[in-house]
Amino acid sequence: MTEPLLSIRNLTVEYQTADPVQAVRDVSIDIAPGEIFGLAGESGCGKSTLAYAVTRLLEPPAAITGGSIGFRRPDGSSVDVLGLDGRELRAFRWQEISMVFQGAMNALNPVRTVRSQIADIFIDHDAGMSRAQRTRRAAELLKTVGIDPRRLSSYPHELSGGMRQRVMIAMALALRPRLIVMDEPTTALDVVVQRNIIEEINRLRAEFCFAVLFITHDLGLLLEISDRVGVMLAGSLVEQGTPRRLQDAPQHDYTRHLLRSFPSLRGDVPSTGTRYVTIQDGARA
Amino acid sequence: MAFSQQELADPDVLPASPVPGRRTRWAFFRNASWKLWTGLAICAFFVVIAAVAPLIAPNPNQTSSIGLQPPSINHVFGTTNIGQDVLQQVLGGTTGSIVIGVVAGALTVVLSMLFGVGGAFLGGKWDEASSLISNVFLVIPGLPLLIIVTDYVQSRSILVIAVVIAIVSWAGAARVLRAQTLSVRSRDYVDAARVASESTWRIMLREILPNLMPIIASQFVFGALGAILAEAGLSFLGLGAAGGKSWGSILFFAQNAQAITLGAWWWFVPPGLCIAIVGAALGLINFSIDERINPRLRTLAVIKRSRRHGRKATK
Amino acid sequence: MRYYLRKIVFYLLAGWIAVTLNFLLPRMVKGDPVQVILAKTQRLAPLPPSARHALELQFGQTHDPIVVQYWHYLQGLFTGDLGVSVTFYPSPVVDIISQALPWTLLLIGLSTVISYVVGLLLGSYIGWKRGSWLDSLVPISTFLSAIPYFWLALILVYIFGVNLQWFPVTGGYDNTITPGFSLEFIGSAIYYGLLPAFTIVLASVTSQVLAARNMMVSTMAEDYVTTARAKGLRPRRVFGSYAMRNALLPSVTGFAISLGFIVNGSVVTESVFSYPGVGYTLIQAVENDDYPLMQALFLIITLAVLGANFVADIVYGVIDPRTRSAE
Repeated sequence: MTEPLLSIRNLTVEYQTADPVQAVRDVSIDIAPGEIFGLAGESGCGKSTLAYAVTRLLEPPAAITGGSIGFRRPDGSSVDVLGLDGRELRAFRWQEISMVFQGAMNALNPVRTVRSQIADIFIDHDAGMSRAQRTRRAAELLKTVGIDPRRLSSYPHELSGGMRQRVMIAMALALRPRLIVMDEPTTALDVVVQRNIIEEINRLRAEFCFAVLFITHDLGLLLEISDRVGVMLAGSLVEQGTPRRLQDAPQHDYTRHLLRSFPSLRGDVPSTGTRYVTIQDGARA
Repeated sequence: MAFSQQELADPDVLPASPVPGRRTRWAFFRNASWKLWTGLAICAFFVVIAAVAPLIAPNPNQTSSIGLQPPSINHVFGTTNIGQDVLQQVLGGTTGSIVIGVVAGALTVVLSMLFGVGGAFLGGKWDEASSLISNVFLVIPGLPLLIIVTDYVQSRSILVIAVVIAIVSWAGAARVLRAQTLSVRSRDYVDAARVASESTWRIMLREILPNLMPIIASQFVFGALGAILAEAGLSFLGLGAAGGKSWGSILFFAQNAQAITLGAWWWFVPPGLCIAIVGAALGLINFSIDERINPRLRTLAVIKRSRRHGRKATK
Repeated sequence: MRYYLRKIVFYLLAGWIAVTLNFLLPRMVKGDPVQVILAKTQRLAPLPPSARHALELQFGQTHDPIVVQYWHYLQGLFTGDLGVSVTFYPSPVVDIISQALPWTLLLIGLSTVISYVVGLLLGSYIGWKRGSWLDSLVPISTFLSAIPYFWLALILVYIFGVNLQWFPVTGGYDNTITPGFSLEFIGSAIYYGLLPAFTIVLASVTSQVLAARNMMVSTMAEDYVTTARAKGLRPRRVFGSYAMRNALLPSVTGFAISLGFIVNGSVVTESVFSYPGVGYTLIQAVENDDYPLMQALFLIITLAVLGANFVADIVYGVIDPRTRSAE
């Protein structure tokens, strides 16, 4: 692989409650520029915690107790993500790594318009743009994700779930980051909208060349769209590899267990959207 | 108690979402903080005094010739202008204040449950009507109404005063209870009970009420606190229960006898202090109930403890 | 739009209920209140027969059917005829109230605004910096919020008025100065108003702080605040536009409720300080069984609180875009 864009090495995250809980144990992942890395696992396995650690959003009682995260800038220099603080961290956020959260219902400020929330990004990252320029850029972003620019004046509650998620994606693209962390971006949406959003992400990736850390419990979806996939169980990364390799020769029990759990139409390649279909011998999905 | 990552990571954890039943009630007491115990201890102390007051302070109104004496060995809290022992007065007054607090608090809760829980549960027109009534009562200012009604009623028995206080104060609690009932009512386990054809009464008793318990307890505490303060205010203005056996009435007499200008601080400090202490104790109890129901406030305690471990927080 | 309509209807209804309650209460008094009043006032000064008739009207002892009486009552309200005071006979009630009202407005207005603003800012800040030492202030403020207004007033009067003699103890202004818009008078009014205002602020600010803190804590756990931080926005913007702006919303309604508490508090505080406001006048009226005055005062106080609540609700509709579409 060429020099990785993001290198997570031996990362450990602990919740420092009275009985400390290790949410992420000694996880190492490399993400190459422009690739989609899928991270799968059941609820509570620590994948969201990992996502928050990468974007430095963890709050006490969660704390990173070991390991390092390195990010490679376009000019070749390397940034120690865990060592950033204050102004540097603020500048780093969203510019280099942005995030799309699960369930954008709540991720948008309910009392401010879409326009002001996108404009905030430009203002606080010292983009040096005038008000008109900001509005124009925001309109462009919305068009990119297929939303009518007139929606700039809308409030979040006036948009549908799918639209809100697209707005989130548009915002994530605002500063042309090289990595976008997506935490269950489609889980809260219905299957058709889900398909649209995935296609949108692929299209945008082709156009803007960013890498994606795609986190979801839907292994089937990941096998379809990712370049490489990692499987997490109880905080540890138990397996990683290409989707082909994982399906053909799974090394870990849990991976095999996950692969076996899919209902499928034909019995061989699992695909998304099959949740609601009965499988062959009449048993329910 | 270790929190699951889900609980901490998921901001949508609903307040009273635990499984209804006995398990939660005992868990509440087991995990209670110092606030709860301190509050309960103080309240218990005062309740005991209220109960035994007739025994240890049989004649609080007994006058003597040594008027307006500062605290001394004979009279720990000094004397009033007509030589009454202030300590005995305060002890005697405990009964009146505590009884009013408890009775009015209970009546307030009953009334607010009727309108709040009942209305929300029955839904439809009942809900609209009770909601309207409680909003109207909420918006009409309490103390002026209390003063006027008390004056019109002209009876001064403790029960009447308690009833009037309850009538004036139930609206706030009703609103809270209604909101909580609506949220509980829409939860899945209630729908499940309905589908299983449980009768309306059974659903109310077995599914909804247990989940409302913390809020009801909290409203009772609020109600008692409000009642004690309201009664004190009324007595202070001379409209309280006849016979003047509460902390507020002590202050009334003190004010009338110009205690402040005469510098007799020992007369009015103890009764007010008692009110404040009992009030604070009730507030502490409510606080700990609040911490229980609102998991975000709970998380704060955990955060504080983890900060103390000296780990660098990732910012 | 529906939201505003609903609010208007509600407040008109509440106002009507208050007015009607005012009408019914004196008619529910046992015995013969007119006799009681006359007996009391005969001691002060003999009343002319017209006064007796006016009182009878007030107490519904005319022989008109109740609906007619109600109609007369409403008419009287609209023409500003609220009857004649017994205590201050023969001054009309309206005159007495219009003298007392400005004082109360000054006192309450000042205290409410100060305690609201201070409480909100302090509470929000404590909530923002959660987990710090400031959190331990919370149990202390629980104690402070349980202190009865009037006791606090007594203590403050004792310390500052009697012992240190920094502030005057009774009255709204220096009696030797003639009332008017002179600087001397205004200065005196403010001086006399400081201690009562301070009492009210001290007693009510703690509950504001607690409420604001709890609201801030809840808001900070919301997704959009996390998103704002992830976007690398300036801390001040996250605190202001994202956290406070949302945490503030319930405070607007809380303002209206706290106004209710402050009205309660001012009644007693005015009594302690003999401050010539509406509350003090109410107490005097009660002591003298001056039913006409009492009724009118209650009506004024109620309508004022209703008005404030109404304004608060309208403001809420403006600042929270969700209410406008939701209803």
